[in-house]
Amino acid sequence: MQISGAQMVIEAFIAEGVDTVFGYPGGAIMNVYDEIYKQDKFQHILNRHEQASVHAAEGYAKASGKVGVAMITSGPGFTNAVTGLADAYMDSIPLVVVSGQVPMSLIGTDAFQEIDAVGISRSCTKHNYLVTDAKDLPRILKEAFYIARTGRPGPVHVDIPKDVTAQIEEFDYDIELDLETYKPHTKGNPRQIKKAMEAIAKAKRPLFYLGGGIINANAAYEVREFVHKSGIPAVETFMARGVLSHDDELLVGMLGMHGSYASNMAMSETDLVIGLGVRFDDRVTGKLSEFAKNAEVIHVDIDPASISKLVNANYPIVGDVKNVVVDMLAQIEKIDSDNYESWRETINNFDELHPLTFHEDSERLKPQWVIQRVGELLGDDANISTDVGQHQMWSGQFYPFTRPRQFVSSSGLGTMGFGFPAAIGVKAACPEKTSINFTGDGSILMNVQELMTAVEKKIPVINIILNNNFLGMVRQWQTLFYDKRHSETDLSVQPDFVKLSEAFGGIGYRVHTKEEFDAALKDAVEKNVVAFIEVIVHRMENVMPMVPAGGSLFNMMLLEKKESK
Amino acid sequence: MTENSERRVVSVIVINEASVLSRITDLFSGRGYNITSLTVAPIPESKYSRLTIVTSGSVRVIEQITKQLHKLIPVLRVYEHADMVEKEVAMIKFPASENLSDIQALCEAYNGKIVNAGENTIIAMVADEPKRINNFLKAIKRYNPKEIVRSGAVALER
Repeated sequence: MQISGAQMVIEAFIAEGVDTVFGYPGGAIMNVYDEIYKQDKFQHILNRHEQASVHAAEGYAKASGKVGVAMITSGPGFTNAVTGLADAYMDSIPLVVVSGQVPMSLIGTDAFQEIDAVGISRSCTKHNYLVTDAKDLPRILKEAFYIARTGRPGPVHVDIPKDVTAQIEEFDYDIELDLETYKPHTKGNPRQIKKAMEAIAKAKRPLFYLGGGIINANAAYEVREFVHKSGIPAVETFMARGVLSHDDELLVGMLGMHGSYASNMAMSETDLVIGLGVRFDDRVTGKLSEFAKNAEVIHVDIDPASISKLVNANYPIVGDVKNVVVDMLAQIEKIDSDNYESWRETINNFDELHPLTFHEDSERLKPQWVIQRVGELLGDDANISTDVGQHQMWSGQFYPFTRPRQFVSSSGLGTMGFGFPAAIGVKAACPEKTSINFTGDGSILMNVQELMTAVEKKIPVINIILNNNFLGMVRQWQTLFYDKRHSETDLSVQPDFVKLSEAFGGIGYRVHTKEEFDAALKDAVEKNVVAFIEVIVHRMENVMPMVPAGGSLFNMMLLEKKESK
Repeated sequence: MTENSERRVVSVIVINEASVLSRITDLFSGRGYNITSLTVAPIPESKYSRLTIVTSGSVRVIEQITKQLHKLIPVLRVYEHADMVEKEVAMIKFPASENLSDIQALCEAYNGKIVNAGENTIIAMVADEPKRINNFLKAIKRYNPKEIVRSGAVALER
């Protein structure tokens, strides 16, 4: 079949089963947009900023488990998208991002809207391509999808000059890929697995340390089986929320900088860390030399570069976490769950001593209450996205997650403005679930133009803005570590969020009380349209517990005990 | 930060394609690491090239870099050399007025010879271990070398 480079892009998307493309047209990518116009196999969602297109593709990928696709033009279109690429790279999200480039004859001449896109994306993608001949395009697109979704997933960027999208060549997508230099190791070494299982059987205080890799590998239900059959308690990273259900008796909680007291203490007291799909992020470990100090470490990960990067692994196992856990389950009889009875009791005592909670306030709503309340009202029926800051941590702490892929957040890069476009992508992937974006009065303004996208495409995302008139997380650090000098974090000057939503054709609510909140959420869910629910919350609430940056996990600042009146 | 710096030689087999070199050097520059020397040439009758990189840095960081090198899609293999044969070429230009036979004798001690003699200058070449090249370059200082070029090291595991 002789077709143009632009048509090849469309045909490749169709062959890959793409049903949604997020993007924004422009000069260098116009040939491809012309082909998008002519086809009806997938929908195109026009975001109002290229950064949002990539975040939407991320939300789509995380919620669906498929490769997310975004399309942008050259120059500023591409540079706007870079934050999204970096975000997806940090959180191992499979994406294919196609960008237009100036024609080959103009590359290197400082042409209009020219930028060295592959030079920029090299350090924030899993792989990238500059396509110099349409003959290569079928292979490159096929490789891009394959590389994005296999091994440790990640974003792949394909930069296509305008003349290449016009070039007519033979298209054959039914080709065998020959990636001699890229062969992800998916099967765990049986000897290492056996040794690891023996170590678990011998341990007195083992602890599962569950990470986002489990969700990427679609291994959550195998991991649940492993946890339940072994009777070993588990802590989750922020990225792993939903691997275990919130009401699982063996789930201690989330660990790390804002982890629960019991989780961080369990990690400090354990004698064997069973790390599955984790990367020992600094927000998780705190001071490395004090992290799980008396423990041996089993580390299962698809990425050999993650193993022993920060914490030495006594039992390194490179492989797909699903395969490895299945292999471990085959030897589960080695483990006697009764052995850990007193260890489970110790952890329960930690939790009773300092449970994860907050104090209500009679004057203003507490942000944690709002998150908890949404959990009570919508629970499993909602998918949750967040922006970045205090509300993000409270979402991780207080939302009752029940399943993997329920929670989408910018974890590694910490990108404010991620939440709303991501929630659009989540809703596009899972239309049957309510798509909630917990956000703050700072974050929401960083991609607020997505109101237009959501309204136009009738994608009813409910944005719950926890408004404390502060850039809350930075304000918290200033309060605690900068002697209350709140430099440039007071956001008292604000738009009218209700009118803002209405101006774009959405609906808006401003609520001060619990009753108002319940009524607004109920109304927004029923009306099933794009909504802002602005919740006026306590201004000076801090996220607790907190391990100060660089501190040891067991040295937490804790919620002050409420004086009994 | 205070970890000991160590000289390391790493060989990388990569697909011989555009951009592969910058993918590799980015891993060093992104960490603020300097590459002491770098040689690249295609491997005969294959689609691959071989890079030899000499660098120095903390063991931990170099180990991390080599793991990241493995992760790059066009990288086939990475050798962190421990037991290797390492050689480097140096060429030196002297004024023709210097003592030719002295220079010739010195070169021979370092696997070299005079490879070009012109009206005003002579060019000598030696091939030896990088450490011995250092010694050679010290020894020839008194013959007023006008220009020195070193190739960077290549290495093969024993």
